[in-house]
Amino acid sequence: MKAFTTHSGLVAPMDRANVDTDMIIPKQFLKSIKRSGFGPNLFDAVRYLDEGQPGRDNSQRPLNPDFPLNWPRYKGASILLARGNFGCGSSREHAPWALEDYGFRVVIAPSYADIFYNNCFKTGLLPIVLDDKIVDKLFADLESHEGYSLDIDLEAQVVIDSQGERFSFEVDEFRKTCLLEGLDEIGLTLKQGDAIKKFEQSWRQQSPWLFDVIC
Amino acid sequence: MAGKTLYDKLWESHLVSESGDGSALLYIDRHLLHEVTSPQAFEGLRIAGRKPWRIDANLATPDHNVPTEAAERAGGVASIADEISRIQVATLDDNCADFGIVEHKINDAGQGIVHVIGPEQGATLPGMTVVCGDSHTATHGALGALAHGIGTSEVEHVLATQCLVAQKMKNMLIRVDGELGLGVTPKDVVLAIIGKIGTAGGNGHAIEFGGQVFADMSMEGRMTVCNMAIEAGARVGMVAVDEKTIDYVKGRQYSPSEALWDQAVAHWQTLHSDADAVFDSVVTFEGGAIEPQVSWGTSPEMVLPVGGRVPNPAQARDAAQREGIERALHYMGLKPDMAITDIAVDRVFIGSCTNSRIEDLRAAAVVAQGRTVAGSVKQVLVVPGSQAVKVQAESEGLDKIFIAAGMEWREPGCSMCLAMNADKLGSGEHCASTSNRNFEGRQGNGGRTHLVSPAMAAAAAVAGHFVDVRELMAEKVAS
Repeated sequence: MKAFTTHSGLVAPMDRANVDTDMIIPKQFLKSIKRSGFGPNLFDAVRYLDEGQPGRDNSQRPLNPDFPLNWPRYKGASILLARGNFGCGSSREHAPWALEDYGFRVVIAPSYADIFYNNCFKTGLLPIVLDDKIVDKLFADLESHEGYSLDIDLEAQVVIDSQGERFSFEVDEFRKTCLLEGLDEIGLTLKQGDAIKKFEQSWRQQSPWLFDVIC
Repeated sequence: MAGKTLYDKLWESHLVSESGDGSALLYIDRHLLHEVTSPQAFEGLRIAGRKPWRIDANLATPDHNVPTEAAERAGGVASIADEISRIQVATLDDNCADFGIVEHKINDAGQGIVHVIGPEQGATLPGMTVVCGDSHTATHGALGALAHGIGTSEVEHVLATQCLVAQKMKNMLIRVDGELGLGVTPKDVVLAIIGKIGTAGGNGHAIEFGGQVFADMSMEGRMTVCNMAIEAGARVGMVAVDEKTIDYVKGRQYSPSEALWDQAVAHWQTLHSDADAVFDSVVTFEGGAIEPQVSWGTSPEMVLPVGGRVPNPAQARDAAQREGIERALHYMGLKPDMAITDIAVDRVFIGSCTNSRIEDLRAAAVVAQGRTVAGSVKQVLVVPGSQAVKVQAESEGLDKIFIAAGMEWREPGCSMCLAMNADKLGSGEHCASTSNRNFEGRQGNGGRTHLVSPAMAAAAAVAGHFVDVRELMAEKVAS
């Protein structure tokens, strides 16, 4: 996994609540057996005016002029400012993959759906939770300042705006460490291999009907 | 000390280790796989040179991409017309063969939607931890299991380690007291719950559904309710084990038998929340007050009783809600204050992991019997959840009832719930759907989904618009 320590970048808005993972990456793109290449189809149904299909040349498609990510001022954005319950719906990890593939490293929102939030960390994407009122302020500042960018420091758990105003955020220790160090979580768990085997042995004794049935 | 909730018990019994930072290693008993969220996980194992930790914990089947038309289905994987879908299904076959995982292939007798075949085969049992790269894994909680959806990185993690790194959720009890009225189904119950607590209402929580309504509810009904816990924001939905659970599990393909059966039952009988258990939040409903539901908007919380009227943005409590209603009305092509029963439907979909089990099909067939699909309705798809459901339905003659009514009887799969195969809505079309999500574009680009129960879907099919199924039931009684 890609490590995340600090990040400075341009901010783009996604100003609606309950953005679901079907909207982040529509189902027709989930047919891919790869982990990359989803960026051009991020927010496909609202980003383009026609219907996207896998394998199409997206550069030839008509863009929706009302969708902020298509505006020149947000070109190259790497921080997405969003609203509550971002990422609800399907568990598809393709959603954070698409955000990351597009170039986002950070999402800021007042809240996230549980599975999406968890999936972000596996992709090296940092989902930051800030209070509703702070998010409102960031949206207002973003709208009124072209080139609005933010600095993120994961170690210090803080978002800093261009005026030097600091907004601290919470993140649990395990996820933070994995992201800071870009750790391979599977490798980390396998270090506890003996504990897993020990548990498994005793669980097999207690619940033998759970083992060796499907084979 | 307070007693334990069902979730506390399931969590504690599967703890391998706990670290001081709030995360824990949780042992996983059953891992279900399908073609959409597994290919990158298998690829990850290959790149790292890893093998599955415990082969017999896994069970796979293709469901999302499979064609449901008999002709296209007949030739198996090779006859899937969409090349990208075909490659994805073939990749699941290849991965399962390479790693030695048992798979019910596209036309095998055990194939079906993962969340239908798990309980049906006894592959998911009370007291298990069950995961799958699919958010509707909460379905299996109906058996008193701890079941939830995971992302693809976690699919790889479970394959490689048989564990998940997890943080304990909070406990929420949703209690529905009393009795449901005639014509009110488990789908209506869960839609009414989501309508009240909202799509983020259960975020961070494991929901236990309790109270008389769930005690009286069939196992398949409980599956419908737990299935949609995720639409209330909760990854986990559960119902305590009771005699119905144990009767349901008995005699299934992968269920224990003989001496192991008695041992298992003794354990399962402990799988309920203690009387003095404390929940972080409790929400209560009166079952008798729940009516048949129809969703009108683009989020499952945008739902009303069938006798209701579409909301008027002018009556929104704040600007954000007004904007949400306006956007949904625009997408759905509806006018403020119009009666739900004035919404015409173009297509009807009866199926999905929410409502494709035998009881669902029976409920739809009761309404369809002796009636015909309205001329204005372009298509009614009836898609059984599994090969076993299909066989059972055909043995009861349900297929003939649907066909006689002008409906299409299809092969098992996820179908138009998410339209990854050829079954989809055209832009602007309204669909009465027994599925679980009414997001923009979910059933096809520009498609307009209305979530309903199987009986309500069948009623809309024959009427050509939404109608209170209780009126049709009264007609039948009168005739």
